[in-house]
Amino acid sequence: MEQSKLTVPAMSGITRRNMLKAAAAATGFAAGPGFVRYAQAASSEPIRIGFQVHRTGIGAAYGRWYERTTNAAVALINEQGGINGRPVEIIAEDDGTDPGRGAEVVEKFATQHKCDVGFGTLFSHVVMGSAPRAGELKLPYYVVSEGHHVASGALNRYTFQPGITDVKSQVISLAPWIAKNLGKKVCMIYPDFAFGYDHRDYFSAAIKAQGGEVNALIPIPPTESSFTRYFPQIPADTDVIYHVMVGPAVLTFVKELGEHFGSQHPALFGFIDSLEAVDLKSPGLEFLEGSYLWEAYPRFAGAAPKAHDTFYRSKVGVDANGASTSDAADISTYSHMFGCWETLYTLKNAMEAAGYQGPADKAKLIEATEAITAIAEGNEHPQGDKIFNGKIHQSFGHQNITQVKGGVADVVYRTTIEEGLYEPEADYTKMAL
Amino acid sequence: MSFLPHLLLAVLEGTVAAAVLALSALGLSLVFGVMRVVNVAHGEFFMLGAMLAWWTAKMMPGGPFAGFIAAFIVAPAAVGALAFLTERLLLRRINYDPEATIVATIGLLFVIQQMALTFFGADAKPVAAPFSYRIVFPWFGYSGYKLFVVVASGAVLLGVWWVLSRTRFGLIMRVTQFDRETATAFGIPVNTVYSVVFVAGAALVAVAAVLIVPIQQAHYLMGLDPLLMSFIVVIIGGLGSIKGSVIAAFMIGMTDGVISVFFSPTLASIISTLAVAFVLVVRPQGLFGAETR
Repeated sequence: MEQSKLTVPAMSGITRRNMLKAAAAATGFAAGPGFVRYAQAASSEPIRIGFQVHRTGIGAAYGRWYERTTNAAVALINEQGGINGRPVEIIAEDDGTDPGRGAEVVEKFATQHKCDVGFGTLFSHVVMGSAPRAGELKLPYYVVSEGHHVASGALNRYTFQPGITDVKSQVISLAPWIAKNLGKKVCMIYPDFAFGYDHRDYFSAAIKAQGGEVNALIPIPPTESSFTRYFPQIPADTDVIYHVMVGPAVLTFVKELGEHFGSQHPALFGFIDSLEAVDLKSPGLEFLEGSYLWEAYPRFAGAAPKAHDTFYRSKVGVDANGASTSDAADISTYSHMFGCWETLYTLKNAMEAAGYQGPADKAKLIEATEAITAIAEGNEHPQGDKIFNGKIHQSFGHQNITQVKGGVADVVYRTTIEEGLYEPEADYTKMAL
Repeated sequence: MSFLPHLLLAVLEGTVAAAVLALSALGLSLVFGVMRVVNVAHGEFFMLGAMLAWWTAKMMPGGPFAGFIAAFIVAPAAVGALAFLTERLLLRRINYDPEATIVATIGLLFVIQQMALTFFGADAKPVAAPFSYRIVFPWFGYSGYKLFVVVASGAVLLGVWWVLSRTRFGLIMRVTQFDRETATAFGIPVNTVYSVVFVAGAALVAVAAVLIVPIQQAHYLMGLDPLLMSFIVVIIGGLGSIKGSVIAAFMIGMTDGVISVFFSPTLASIISTLAVAFVLVVRPQGLFGAETR
């Protein structure tokens, strides 16, 4: 269990003299550079963002990069004057990629750390475990998870997903391209928990709408370490293998897929999740040559990167190949972590629109977030422009289909936002605050 | 896929699973057999072996093969050293008392796991196989390295059998297992035998880890599976009977391989767990275990 901030013990024995010294020191700090800007705010207390992060457990690779991206975004926000003239402070707590721990972390944010909002978690079972607690404690909770659970209406008015498109929208926008270019008989391999079920349910429906069919469903537990035994379930008449895996064993999964099929395989369409934090040039992955990937945000910058992509990469410390600038073997989770950056900027905009000053303004913050409709592309939103639906607390953006060529994935198609829109299934704005 | 290729794949998977099981259960079986100590940290010795294999392979220049050879020396030596300290500083102090040992090794499990997390990090670490060869059948391909694991596992098992049944040290071990007090009366240094056995059990599981890690990746949480499976194998085979463990490993590995390929891996786990319950009810000493005297 890690904790980056310790609370002051109740009986700390502060004397009047020490108090005066501290006050003098604080005044000195406030006069120093970097603190001047906050001085004119009504309160220079920092805005505390509780950051629920997968530092350990099966989501650790994502957690590491979520943390780097979050720290980079917060450093930049503070450089630009913070939010409403107040600095932003991140209070990170490890949730162990565990739903039970997740709910405890949310509770600590609300009761112990006195956070203004909770933020950041990815794995859908952790979101499902934590969001109800955030709702009960009335802690605005901004997740970066992809799952359809926010948009489905299953959660509550305090839970938002403004930084990353949900799985239902992703697969709806991709299905026409897959049916048209790769084939109509699709075999799906997916993780056996909430996130995988989103893929199963919404992609099956979406490919059916394109005149295709899913000919086999192969769920795999996310803690599995050996995969060959699942592959005989792939029917011989399969046109496309649709794979999306998560967890520490993703590299073993793709390697064993390669050992099983060699170069003679049905078309492969993989969600980059199966390869996040994995080098596409790893030995054993040669068979991926020519296969297609979904990427929310292409890992490889390509020949003509946009200025804001270059800006974002340099701030987070990622090179043009999606690896850490300090270690080329440390591959990022590029298609997910941008969600942290963008969510923090959306939160900043909502807090500014609400004139947020403290937890008393929670309701205003919720309403201001719900009032967002369009999000423009730029340094604050490098992945692209988005539409935000306040009723279902979910944003909708562009998706990318890339093809692997020589160990590098190049964009072959970028969907429009409209291709991923669906009828809202809920209306959180009608729930009580 | 038609029936015969399907069966071939199932048998291959089953054989690999059996070899992996036999290798990882061997150390546990040996330690329990001779010392009557249930080492709950067994899975963490496995994990540590795998982590050290990754670390050695990374530090060693000269490609995956050199890294593999180096790991084969470093990992068992380091894990063996840790086991030596554990035996001297922990197990001996609590006089190998069965209940106390279980609690102490549970503690050790968490200590090793958290140390691995602190020093190696939470990511899965891929380790390249010493060679990569893909066996191509007309219907599917299969990893040549996995079959090498089967052969290597056979060799390790044979080696252990030879030591136990054909050497003087094996005789001393068997005598200690048979009756500790009489062995002491005959001048056998039982404490030394215990040290050697505990270190050998840990080194064996580290060897298993070095062999298995190229087909799995090293991860700080990877110790749980081998621990559970080793217990299943050892309970079914009969605690303390190495022959029983090997036979149980093959039975479970094969059933696991065939059922997971033809039905589902979850069903395979259900069946092996039920088998343990069944054996415990019908024949508590295990298939090849001796009645407690």
